[in-house]
Amino acid sequence: MYRDWVLTALIAWPTVAAAGVLLAPPRWAKHLALAASLIEFGLSVPLWWMFAPEGGVQFTLDAPWIQSWGIHYTVGVDGISLFMVLLTTFLVPLSVLGSYSYITTRERGFYSLLLVLTSGMIGVFVSLDLFLFYVMWELMLIPMYFIIGVWGGERRLYAAIKFFIYTFFGSLLMLAAILVLVHVVAQRTGVYSFAYSTLIAHVGGLGPLAFWLFGAFFLAFAIKVPMFPFHTWLPDAHVEAPTAGSVLLAGVLLKMGTYGFLRFALPLFPAVALHPGVQRIVVLLALIGIIYGGLVAMVQPDFKKLIAYSSVAHLGFVTLGIWALTLQSVQGALMVMINHGISTGALFFLVGMLYERRHSRLIEAFGGIARVVPMLAAVLTVVSLSSIGLPITNGFVGEFLVLVGVFRTYPLAALIATTGVIIAAMYMLPALQRVIYNPLDKPANEKLPDLSPRELAVLVPLIACILWIGVYPQPILRRIEPASRQLIQTVRLNAAAFTAAR
Amino acid sequence: MPAIPLSLLWVVPALPLLGFVLNGTLALTRPGAKRAVSIVGVGTLVLAFAAAALAVIEFGGQHATAPLVFRYWDWIPAGELQVPFALQLDQLSAVMILIVTGVGALIHGFSVGYMHEDPGYARYFAYLNLFVFFMLVLVLGASFPVMFVGWEGVGLCSYLLIGFWFNEKINGDAGKKAFIVNRIGDFGFLVAMFLIFWRVGSLDFVTVFSKAPAVFAPAGALITAITLFLFLGCTGKSAQIPLYTWLPDAMQGPTPVSALIHAATMVTAGVYLVARCGVLFALSPTASATVAGVGALTALFAATIALKQWDIKRVLAYSTISQLGYMFVGVGTGAYAAGIFHLATHAFFKALLFLGSGSVIHAMHRAYHATHSHDDAQDMRNMGGLARYLPWTARLMWIATLAIAGIPPFAGFFSKDEILGAAFAEGTVRPAWYVFWAMGIGAALLTAFYMTRLMLYTFHGPNRTGEREREHLHEAPWSMTGPLVVLGALTVAGGALNVAPLFGGGAFLERWLDPVTAAASRLSPLVELPRATEWALVVGAVLVAGLGIMGAFRLLRPEELVPARAAAPESGLGRILWKKWYVDELYDAVLVRPITWVSREVLWKIVDVRIVDGFLVDGTAVVTRALGWIGSRLQTGEVGVYVVGFVVGVLAVLVAALK
Repeated sequence: MYRDWVLTALIAWPTVAAAGVLLAPPRWAKHLALAASLIEFGLSVPLWWMFAPEGGVQFTLDAPWIQSWGIHYTVGVDGISLFMVLLTTFLVPLSVLGSYSYITTRERGFYSLLLVLTSGMIGVFVSLDLFLFYVMWELMLIPMYFIIGVWGGERRLYAAIKFFIYTFFGSLLMLAAILVLVHVVAQRTGVYSFAYSTLIAHVGGLGPLAFWLFGAFFLAFAIKVPMFPFHTWLPDAHVEAPTAGSVLLAGVLLKMGTYGFLRFALPLFPAVALHPGVQRIVVLLALIGIIYGGLVAMVQPDFKKLIAYSSVAHLGFVTLGIWALTLQSVQGALMVMINHGISTGALFFLVGMLYERRHSRLIEAFGGIARVVPMLAAVLTVVSLSSIGLPITNGFVGEFLVLVGVFRTYPLAALIATTGVIIAAMYMLPALQRVIYNPLDKPANEKLPDLSPRELAVLVPLIACILWIGVYPQPILRRIEPASRQLIQTVRLNAAAFTAAR
Repeated sequence: MPAIPLSLLWVVPALPLLGFVLNGTLALTRPGAKRAVSIVGVGTLVLAFAAAALAVIEFGGQHATAPLVFRYWDWIPAGELQVPFALQLDQLSAVMILIVTGVGALIHGFSVGYMHEDPGYARYFAYLNLFVFFMLVLVLGASFPVMFVGWEGVGLCSYLLIGFWFNEKINGDAGKKAFIVNRIGDFGFLVAMFLIFWRVGSLDFVTVFSKAPAVFAPAGALITAITLFLFLGCTGKSAQIPLYTWLPDAMQGPTPVSALIHAATMVTAGVYLVARCGVLFALSPTASATVAGVGALTALFAATIALKQWDIKRVLAYSTISQLGYMFVGVGTGAYAAGIFHLATHAFFKALLFLGSGSVIHAMHRAYHATHSHDDAQDMRNMGGLARYLPWTARLMWIATLAIAGIPPFAGFFSKDEILGAAFAEGTVRPAWYVFWAMGIGAALLTAFYMTRLMLYTFHGPNRTGEREREHLHEAPWSMTGPLVVLGALTVAGGALNVAPLFGGGAFLERWLDPVTAAASRLSPLVELPRATEWALVVGAVLVAGLGIMGAFRLLRPEELVPARAAAPESGLGRILWKKWYVDELYDAVLVRPITWVSREVLWKIVDVRIVDGFLVDGTAVVTRALGWIGSRLQTGEVGVYVVGFVVGVLAVLVAALK
């Protein structure tokens, strides 16, 4: 049955294919990787229709793995993870296609790492056993480290190590927290189990320990998001990473942080997460991310850094939406996660394409190129508008829902966050102007080729999603609503119960 | 004739959208196909006007008292927030779609001649079609979010068209400024939506307006906050104090764009919004007074700047800001019909003025082009005596000048008179309105003066264009003058739309709009004046207009002007006005530069690079000490402090590990 094997296939297939890529002749590598990732995408597509919005966790498979420690191989998706899986399988083939001319050395290694990374990313989103989750979390860390460190720019080693240490530090804390959590729960139930469902059922009343466990989880995820002040690995990683690395880093990996908030930090430790002091700090950091990220983005001379800081701002909206815990804000947060993957992914592709033409990421290296490359300019305009949340692009739907929802819980924070829409225009439009408008004053820009069919094939699906989600987001909203409602209910109920018990 | 189902209303905005798609495709693939572009661009607008007219006739025959709402699809459904993509037709949106498609079609027609030599012809029409689509969504949207789609969409098209000639930095800068300043206003619109949804639980117009009187305490803080945030949006879109500064710069765009977007339609969106939300504004006397007060102040303030501008389009830009101010006085007073009436007549005469100035600039530009001169084709000091070369344009623009000055029987007289009359009447109840009225009269005097100045300097006296250029000055082709003639006819006859009972008229527009404005009028009824007072006000206003015109004729000496490049700089008050009261400079010094500086020098270079990232440049010792200090403070029992400790500690370890 498709329902039983699909998630496992989505995890396993890319790694199997990676082995194939490694063994095949080098000149086949990219074509094989493209085929493999398209098959992966094809495998995932039926999820869209077969997913039952009210059905809770679905497509589950549970098998014992290391029984003496209570470790299982448990996978499944619900409304929260469904679109993270689909976003991943959608972005990977585009990333492969987008790397065709960018990656010219050690192609087999690059594409097989990209495929292994895919396994890890899918695994993170579908794991319902904390040990499995941890394994997948580490699994995706390593390929990304090499992608940045081997195929990156001039300071690639520094960036790769920084990325690795930050993330690894967080994940070690998380591992410790998982082990403690499992141990404490085992003392209550008498059985060791890493199963998400078991842990969440018996996690109440931990007392002060809950705070430390929450802190460990929160940090691991906050670094990944990244939230201010843990964000400084991101600009370096993005600037140095090759296009495909940046796209997947921004498009998928950052979402693991906010996904972790939704799946683990809040449901497992609701009383701590909703403690007024904790709330205040999280909301404050999210707001700093929105305002500060936007303002710092505004003054970046490097286009990739600009996008990196804008990600800090966008993910600030997500965190804010999650913590506000209203239906609109959580649905909005999930929408922003999807939209950011699409729009920022598209932006990184475009900057990569500009880089391939001029070997510069600096905004000032361009200017006036709308006349030379009208197609590229048009696409860049649409994507920029989506990034600043213009209505009828995807960006608006997410930010609007987040802000409407946050307003009910934290009116003042919502008011401050709404200034983010002004700041977004303040960093995106000047950059757009300096790249495609203004005098065409650099001779090197006079003969730039416009988008090739291959590049169009990468960008058109993204543009289509930008407009589709902007105009008709209803099919997505309908699929994520029950899970969001469920999550809010669980967190609120448990928080109230724990607080009362204390 | 069989009845047309009004649910086909979507056809009206869909036609220009289709035009955008077709012309956009042509722009990217075959930019040289100008004939096809013209047919698509103008054709879709003419059809849209026809469709709009049919819809309004059908609607008028139904004598509906409530808006007809058509839901097309569920746009943003999220729990209790349900935003369908729905359009609504009522008496107010009916007026607006006729203006938008009608004036739009004329201006599209004018553009065929005006833009014909431009290499970006297809792109131009694509943007212009897209603008009309968004403008129609704005006025037809049945909820705040759908209206917001149009609201931001027209802003986008404005941005694209101001910066249309994008290879010059000044144009791109102007477009960017327009977008960002408008986003400040949009911030207000968004916050107002959040507040409304928070209290009412819906964002549909019908629901919100029917529930508002029960939900909101009259004159309460909440309704005042909502309406003031909405009005912040209006000050952006409709260029009122303090957010008007983008509109003069917007004149960098092609002149037909200035006529359509920055005079006749988009900039009136704020007036439309206040009229649409009349019920909300009527509930808050503070907000209504703010609307009327800001409108009156803007009307006067912008008129002073218009006195000393030399660029023909800049004069018209400040004139537009000033006239929009009048409209806000009208809707702020609760005289919604008067405000919308002035919106309509202004659309006619200001579009005529802009297109007329377009004819002038077109002629000047061709003349300078023929002699390879680089003189400014928009500076009135380089014009003079043009009535001899452009007789039709001169005559038509004189009609529009008399209309905007408020001389009977032209359209502007009736609408401006109604606004000032309503303001004076309100003054009998709330004295602040006497001040607004006085400011309006003062602005009327200045309007008559600066418009006559524009006409005298442009069309009369000796010509200053240059010996060699003079022979190249010609009237534009009929494809361009034709739309001017139609607008001229509307300027002459437009007042008939709403002749007040005072002059024996039936106040058609007022009665037509009654179903829309009735609810607000019940909450905050208009004050009636005695007939004698009304007559006195009318006579007084006309005298003031006459005084302004005569004053300009007496005081100004076109024959003493010298061409722009030989002109001496202004001094004294003239210089301050010419420099627009230095408001742009002030905003730049107080807001723009400090924000950029702090972002670059403090936030990025110090906070981000040095503090957060380079935390440990000075060595581990500092952090260890800091950790020790934090450790000693840990035992406070306050969870917040625990979290801070945690965060700082982790950062320290992280950075230490990196070194």
